[in-house]
Amino acid sequence: MQRAGVTSQFEIRIDEKTYVGADGSRLTAIRDFVLDVAQESMTVLMGPSGCGKTTLLRIVAGLDDRFVGKVNVPEGARIGVMFQEPRLLPWRTVRQNIELVAAPDFSAEDLEWLAQAVGIADMLPRYPQELSLGLARRVALARAFATKPDLLLLDEPFVSLDERTADRLRRLLLEVWSARPTTAILVTHNAREAILLADQLVLLASRPTHVVTVETIAVPQAERDPQAIEAIHVDLLERYPANFSGR
Amino acid sequence: MSLSLARSDAGQGTRILSGPVISILSVAGFLLVWFIAAEIAQSRMLPGPVAVIEYIYKESVHGDLVTQLGITLWRVIASFVVAMAIGSMLGLAMGQSPALNRVLDPWLIVLLNLPALVIIILAYVWFGLNEAAAIGAVALNKIPNVIVTLREGARALDPGLDEMARAYRLSPWSKLRNVTLPQLQPYFAAASRSGLSLIWKIVLVVELLGRPNGVGFELHLNFQLFNVTAILGYTLAFVAVMLAIEYLLVQPIERHATRWRNKPV
Repeated sequence: MQRAGVTSQFEIRIDEKTYVGADGSRLTAIRDFVLDVAQESMTVLMGPSGCGKTTLLRIVAGLDDRFVGKVNVPEGARIGVMFQEPRLLPWRTVRQNIELVAAPDFSAEDLEWLAQAVGIADMLPRYPQELSLGLARRVALARAFATKPDLLLLDEPFVSLDERTADRLRRLLLEVWSARPTTAILVTHNAREAILLADQLVLLASRPTHVVTVETIAVPQAERDPQAIEAIHVDLLERYPANFSGR
Repeated sequence: MSLSLARSDAGQGTRILSGPVISILSVAGFLLVWFIAAEIAQSRMLPGPVAVIEYIYKESVHGDLVTQLGITLWRVIASFVVAMAIGSMLGLAMGQSPALNRVLDPWLIVLLNLPALVIIILAYVWFGLNEAAAIGAVALNKIPNVIVTLREGARALDPGLDEMARAYRLSPWSKLRNVTLPQLQPYFAAASRSGLSLIWKIVLVVELLGRPNGVGFELHLNFQLFNVTAILGYTLAFVAVMLAIEYLLVQPIERHATRWRNKPV
């Protein structure tokens, strides 16, 4: 899966990101944030709500360049993004939404496989307004993978879903992601979600955001049943009570 | 059983009333009132619908009513295209750039409040009694309305979809076609709706003041002859043309553009 022209690592260094309010007040959201993202691994950034995770991801996606530092995403790298809301185009069908951003070599077979994998095969001719939030999220997931991304960014992709739907979608994400290994960064405030998905679990401290520690979870994702997750959770809770209590 | 039957009957009834039947009944009612009023008045100043329709038929077969309608329609379309093109470009730019908006806003307010008649007279005085001055004057009357409407549209663009387009590196053309224009569609529809009706009224004034042909010229001519039948005939014929454009062109296009909306889940 090594692609020509894409280096083996994405390097993110944000020395400082400051918001200036309308009244001139300054709020530093991120300071001295450094992270190497290993290729074809799932890096999960975990921190409390409102700690600047979304800001971080927007910077990595290239949506915000007003910060001090450097995001080393190679020129021409393809990016797939799953936002907190599905952000589908309501005037385009599900199929058109996916094909609009798809990689040049994304074939009809690819679409069929992907639609089947995330369970939206019957929804392709529909418009997004006809879909439930859970289904719309699946479409957004398929769209992110349709770019055949060098870098996949997921911003709390399963927030505000009921736990059963969210859990099904997490398993779906793992399935598609394992079949098409991709460098991925996911942010979440949900500890169990983080433990289920992460290869590297990056714990964040808030205001201004910086890295507390990077934990590598050795157990393969496929073997992380509820008991395994609970065991890892207990272990982490003991070592980083500030990050895992209250959740 | 009988209850559900009654309910489905009621549903049937409202469906008939909501169809084209009620529109046709409404138009028939208008013609009836006109007919009765003309019968009571019995005056050359208020001819009935039969006389007017006869005039339209006679003039379109033997006279040049069709030619005059065509000339006016061409002026309406030309002014409309010019006004929509310039107005929407300026409106979008002003909606997206606060700096440009601050520069152009005073001009816009002046233009909005300048009477149509003043613009027409000045255009004829400065540029002569020609086609370009006529069409330019009409377009200039409409442009500020288009700007105001499209500026609102540009301000209401969804920043979430904009971020999506940027994150997925859509090309400018693809973004315009798939993300921006569909969001502006209701604003284009509103601007063209009010645009067509406003423009054709102003075109008549332009023709009356400085053109040797068109519906406005004919109305002026027949006003001097006190030929009310001709005045009503020309008016009715052109209103019919505008209604045809509304029902056969504007509404189908709009239905096509909004087909994704309000689909049952």
